[in-house]
Amino acid sequence: MPRRTDLEHVLVIGSGPIVIGQAAEFDYSGTQACRVLRAEGLRVTLINSNPATIMTDPEFADATYVEPITPEYVAKVIAKERPDALLATLGGQTALNAAMALHDAGVLEQYDVELIGADVDAIRRGEDRQAFKDVVDSVGGESARSAVCHSMDECLAAVGELGYPVVVRPSFTMGGAGGGIAHDEAQLRRIAGSGLQASITTEVLLEESILGWKEYELELMRDRADNVVVICSIENLDPMGVHTGDSITVAPALTLTDREYQRMRDLAIDIIRAVGVDTGGCNIQFAVNPADGRIIVIEMNPRVSRSSALASKATGFPIAKIAAKLAVGYTLDEIPNDITRETPASFEPSLDYVVVKIPRFAFEKFPGADPYLTTTMKSVGEAMAMGRSFLEALQKAMRSLEAGHGGFWTTPDPDGATVESSLREASVPHDGRLLAVERALRLGATAEQVHAATAIDPWFVDQLQQLVELRAEIVAAPDGPLEEELLRAAKRTGCSDRQLAALRGTTEAQVRARRHELGVRPVYKTVDTCAAEFEARTPYHYSAYDEESEVAPSSRDKVLILGSGPNRIGQGIEFDYACVHACYALSDAGFETVMVNCNPETVSTDYDTSDRLYFEPLTVEDVLEVVHAEQLSAEQGGGRVVGVVVQLGGQTPLKLARELEDLGVPVVGTPPEAIHLAEERGAFGRVLADAGLPAPRHGVATSYDEAKSIADDVGYPVLVRPSYVLGGRGMEIVYDDEMLVGYIRRATEVTPEHPVLVDRFLEDAVEIDVDALYDGTDLYLGGVMEHIEEAGIHSGDSACSLPPTTLGRKDLERIRHSTEAIARGVGVRGLLNVQYALQNDVLYVLEANPRASRTVPFVSKATAVPLAKAAARVMLGATIAELRGEGLLPAVGDGGELPFDAPISVKEAVLPFGRFHGVDTLLGPEMKSTGEVMGIDAVFGTAFAKSQAAAYGELPTKGRVFVSVANRDKRAMLFPVKRLADLGFEVVATEGTAEVLRRNGVSVSVVGKHSDGRGDDVVPLVMAGEIDLIINTPWGVGARVDGYEIRTAAVTRGVPCVTTVQGAAAAVQGIEALVRGDIAVRSLQEHHAALAASTRAAQAAT
Amino acid sequence: MRAPAVLVLEDGRTFRGAAYGAVGETFGEAVFNTGMTGYQETLTDPSYHKQVVVMTAPHIGNTGVNDEDPESGRIWVSGYVVRDPSRVRSSWRAQRSLDEELVAQGVVGIAGVDTRAVTRHLRDRGAMRAGVFSGDAVADVDTLVERVRQSPEMVGADLAHEVTTPEPYVVEAEGERRFRVAAVDLGLKRATPRYLAQQGCEVHVLPATSTADDVLAVQPDGVFFSNGPGDPATTDGPVAIAQRVLEQRVPVFGICFGNQILGRALGLGTYKLRFGHRGVNQPVMERATGRVHVTSHNHGFAVDAPVDGTPVDTPYGRVEVSHVDLNDDVVEGLRCLDVPAFSVQYHPEAAPGPHDATGLFSSFAELMEGARASTH
Ligand SMILES: Nc1ncnc2c1ncn2[C@@H]1O[C@H](COP(=O)(O)OP(=O)(O)O)[C@@H](O)[C@H]1O
Ligand SMILES: Nc1ncnc2c1ncn2[C@@H]1O[C@H](COP(=O)(O)OP(=O)(O)O)[C@@H](O)[C@H]1O
Ligand SMILES: [Mg+2]
Ligand SMILES: [Mg+2]
Repeated sequence: MPRRTDLEHVLVIGSGPIVIGQAAEFDYSGTQACRVLRAEGLRVTLINSNPATIMTDPEFADATYVEPITPEYVAKVIAKERPDALLATLGGQTALNAAMALHDAGVLEQYDVELIGADVDAIRRGEDRQAFKDVVDSVGGESARSAVCHSMDECLAAVGELGYPVVVRPSFTMGGAGGGIAHDEAQLRRIAGSGLQASITTEVLLEESILGWKEYELELMRDRADNVVVICSIENLDPMGVHTGDSITVAPALTLTDREYQRMRDLAIDIIRAVGVDTGGCNIQFAVNPADGRIIVIEMNPRVSRSSALASKATGFPIAKIAAKLAVGYTLDEIPNDITRETPASFEPSLDYVVVKIPRFAFEKFPGADPYLTTTMKSVGEAMAMGRSFLEALQKAMRSLEAGHGGFWTTPDPDGATVESSLREASVPHDGRLLAVERALRLGATAEQVHAATAIDPWFVDQLQQLVELRAEIVAAPDGPLEEELLRAAKRTGCSDRQLAALRGTTEAQVRARRHELGVRPVYKTVDTCAAEFEARTPYHYSAYDEESEVAPSSRDKVLILGSGPNRIGQGIEFDYACVHACYALSDAGFETVMVNCNPETVSTDYDTSDRLYFEPLTVEDVLEVVHAEQLSAEQGGGRVVGVVVQLGGQTPLKLARELEDLGVPVVGTPPEAIHLAEERGAFGRVLADAGLPAPRHGVATSYDEAKSIADDVGYPVLVRPSYVLGGRGMEIVYDDEMLVGYIRRATEVTPEHPVLVDRFLEDAVEIDVDALYDGTDLYLGGVMEHIEEAGIHSGDSACSLPPTTLGRKDLERIRHSTEAIARGVGVRGLLNVQYALQNDVLYVLEANPRASRTVPFVSKATAVPLAKAAARVMLGATIAELRGEGLLPAVGDGGELPFDAPISVKEAVLPFGRFHGVDTLLGPEMKSTGEVMGIDAVFGTAFAKSQAAAYGELPTKGRVFVSVANRDKRAMLFPVKRLADLGFEVVATEGTAEVLRRNGVSVSVVGKHSDGRGDDVVPLVMAGEIDLIINTPWGVGARVDGYEIRTAAVTRGVPCVTTVQGAAAAVQGIEALVRGDIAVRSLQEHHAALAASTRAAQAAT
Repeated sequence: MRAPAVLVLEDGRTFRGAAYGAVGETFGEAVFNTGMTGYQETLTDPSYHKQVVVMTAPHIGNTGVNDEDPESGRIWVSGYVVRDPSRVRSSWRAQRSLDEELVAQGVVGIAGVDTRAVTRHLRDRGAMRAGVFSGDAVADVDTLVERVRQSPEMVGADLAHEVTTPEPYVVEAEGERRFRVAAVDLGLKRATPRYLAQQGCEVHVLPATSTADDVLAVQPDGVFFSNGPGDPATTDGPVAIAQRVLEQRVPVFGICFGNQILGRALGLGTYKLRFGHRGVNQPVMERATGRVHVTSHNHGFAVDAPVDGTPVDTPYGRVEVSHVDLNDDVVEGLRCLDVPAFSVQYHPEAAPGPHDATGLFSSFAELMEGARASTH
């Protein structure tokens, strides 16, 4: 059936900020969807509050609304745009839930908007756990025994039937939020309690535990002619009990006979039909009893999911793209497979390689968080790798993680590790469990023992056993260089040169030299969806130590762009955004773009983003081999490799810059020496000194005594941190010697190679973030962002506004001048990010990052200038003047001098505390946020209110506010709180705060301190939902018990909680805007047109 | 430590690896199979007789071997080419390892080969003769290539009689017996009579060498022609049977080789495909409904007929192409419009592969039902 002609205008809902369980993969799927729909000639309206996404680039939709994805705001967009249809199956759980809410509120009906992809009933049948079980039952499938409960009493009753351990699973949530495994009543009360909270239908499902069964996933697609295909089967190496998102997963399934696999496939197809997902993708999870093959259906997601993105990258079959085409009426057989071109999409991909995905965690950032893996997803990102064997893929994936180790054997075993201790460690799922499994086998555990301890399938255990045996051979091999046969064998199992060096007690360079001498190099195979049955048209490659390489010769000038690897806190989707823009800009400029990355969630790893895609780890070894392969391709075809871009993927590629250049790889843009100038404290200090720019007094210490003398010299409080870090890892504010001792003790590796930086901590300073472009002559000030929280809260975690709302002309001039001086002094060619702190009229330089920063996409969207594209061009030799001429940059002016009526954009960070029970939600110099949102409007208050609604839900306009602030904040807090009282808020405060407020004529009721333990404190009130807003600033030094308890309660109950004075002031402005109630939605295209107009006006005036 | 081995292709390309299964030498037509599951069914499918099968799936043998999944009494492939054989077997149904099974049945294989490279070669150059040599059989390449070139071609090979049952036998109907079906065994897979029996057919399996009289002597409600190895152009006996049966207007159903037999009986030609269809992911469209089924394939030859839907006149009335492969427009099914006969080139009985097309067995039942109604 051809495409439906009755559709002209489709509204696409994105997935909002990056949160655990819902990451970049939905930008990938949403971007594909928008592309497809526009290519079909449809008008596309998009709503997504996440500015770091490619999909919110103005060119991907006709109208792009960077507005909160709440029923209220989406309704405003619908009322304004009047789309015919709503596509909500590509924006994750967020979009699906928004669509359901709009349906229930009657908005879809009122404006006659058709839900395409999956209809309301299908979504209900798929998402509602009980309804789904009934479906499974109706097709003769089996589900785990369970009971739906709406209250704690029902839960306790149900457990009587099911017994412990019992699995708690809320409906309509994603990533297992609010779920878990309860082994006793206490745990049940805790888990089910928050589960009832998390579910928008206050409903949880208690389920019989089938821990330890094999877990599988199938990705299916169905068209409106009822053709169904299975795109990919995925097997979890971690058995049931560990969330798929947190499991090491493998594609295709490797331990099923055809009979079992076909049974699963038949079931899946019956289910998708019975649920009624009529067009598009869906994902169904199964558990298989290893003892008798009994299959239990776990759940389905009636939408494109995290796993769909993985499956797309794993097979080359673009699920989201096809889903969008199906949604507008095509059938699978009408859609060509763009990898083979000749064959249609109505087939099932066949893999002649193995894919392994490993999750990336961030427990180190959340001390106190439960580090064990369970049914609640906790990972913040993932790395994927492909190989011609399981071990090759597994080991590549492990080094892709950048998780502190370079794979097996690259970090020392824990002291006194034994078979028993290793087995015990392996028996509880946790980050890095595989290291314990390998260690256990290496120390002599039998495969049976490992299987018994972990329930990991014997086939996978044997694979690791084989690796352990190979290791023994390598270690036992005679001194000197390895024999070719053994070296090849090692490389075929995915061992890196670094791992081999570790085993042989030599250096990576020596192993590499030996390898090259023997000609032991990887070949590059192609992901083609069909196991080579047909020729592939898309150069989507992965390395393997095999015989034949498939890289085609090419005659064009190539640029390699190194991506940013797995998402993690501090290095997320923003960097992928910059890389993708580089691809676009450079291919427009006539280069052949070659992307190297290992993150399956991203747009950069979509095979049609760059001209060539290498799905590879971002290590020196793997990058060098890709460069070599591309140089061969150039030699054969008459092209050349003109450069490698390392500045856009964050710290990951930046770290490689120096070594790559030393090894003769042409690194373009800011040269490695310059990068060093900015990154190395001493060198950077000199740059600032030469430019006469002040920095907080600081020093570098390699021991406690050094640190102490620096502290005495610059004076407490000081900020201490390890050098060369991103996202403020291990950064702390230290107020006295005692804390300093503690820090140095904890910061394990303090050595001359890894010194600690000690800075004077600037209190009550305004922090300013700047993104700029420099070509050696001219500076283009991309944007100046004023932070809402004071310096001391990581730039990645604090809200900020652009243009700055309280900085004057003079400040901006100073900022421009300082930024230019730094750019010149460092020798930047491309992007530069500088963070300043303005303290009693002194502009201190906190740090400079000679690379794309987290804020580049935000700045680009706020100012309508494609900064990353321009940067890529500058790195390859274009000047800012030329780019202004081309129109890639504005003819005159820049982000530092926006017209007065320019819209105000507010960026707000989104924090994952809800996922980590018992973790303090207080912000500090160490970054903790997973994502961000943008609120844009004519005035600050409204923009801020939007940012809050997008990040945490609407600010309250009435009700009860609880105030409890540190002494130093009491004065500053007066005005905003008084204002809230005037707006009709009832004020509750702790003793000290209450006094000050009363004395200033604010009527307050007092509550006790939690620490007094009289139970008359605010925590019970918060838990009882009687508090609507919390203003609670840290108690300065020492124990923050109360604040901690209060903020934890706030997170549990989802009550907005402001932890800084500045934040409170902003919140009040936002609340005022809400009270005025005149909040409108406006598309980026409209904002940008207006901005352009007033810029022209302003120029005409001068 | 496995003995060295080499895969030698007729055009001189060689791939080195290690012995897998039995050590020695073997010859056959090199073909590749893209299925990711079902190696046991594949190995025991008689249609692979005299073929050296290259598996594109990199890990083979993971679930071992059991006595339930074989599609016939033995392994038929003449040689087996894999990349990464499993040391262990991981399945609650496994009884032996695949390696043991290959040795026990004397099947010479080779492991550690860049199977993707082999596959791309066969894809571009077409299926060709090959030899696998391991242990002492490994000699200098030129001699080996020579010996491969002396081995028999697949074109013109009449192989059905080599794989068929020596004696007739009967598979009882499941539940009440509704039909009696004569199944001409040209390389029958076990799954097929199972599906027929489920339709209430009492299946009389007859040797490929049977005559039309033998078949009609069963007094069948319908006649079935199975899958099987070899070049359909040379398999005349079964074609003669089909023609007699068509004259008698006895309902006919054919699968794979059976499709080619029906085609020839109707006077259509057959030809060899460059590299054939072997796998479990082929999209086949049923013309009448537009429905696409993902189907299991194993054929190197195909029927030559117009795929644009125009019926062809034959001595038995009009026939039309009922199914086409959407990958390459190869004829995947025939339907007679004036006599009760139809056939498909692919495998509705799956094993291995998807069950999308099992409905064809009930179609056969309906055809027999209808024929009965019209005669009484
Ligand atoms: N009955 C059960 N027993 C043991 N583990 C389970 C059970 N049900 C689910 N799980 C585990 O919990 C994980 C999350 O469950 P799932 O239903 O997929 O929730 P989500 O919607 O978060 O994906 C699954 O991947 C599985 O490993
Ligand atoms: N001397 C200082 N005084 C006050 N706050 C500081 C100081 N140095 C850093 N900070 C705070 O710490 C945060 C992280 O420091 P930064 O140097 O930017 O590290 P990162 O490389 O992680 O971005 C900054 O955003 C700022 O809020
Ligand atoms: Mg799930
Ligand atoms: Mg910073």
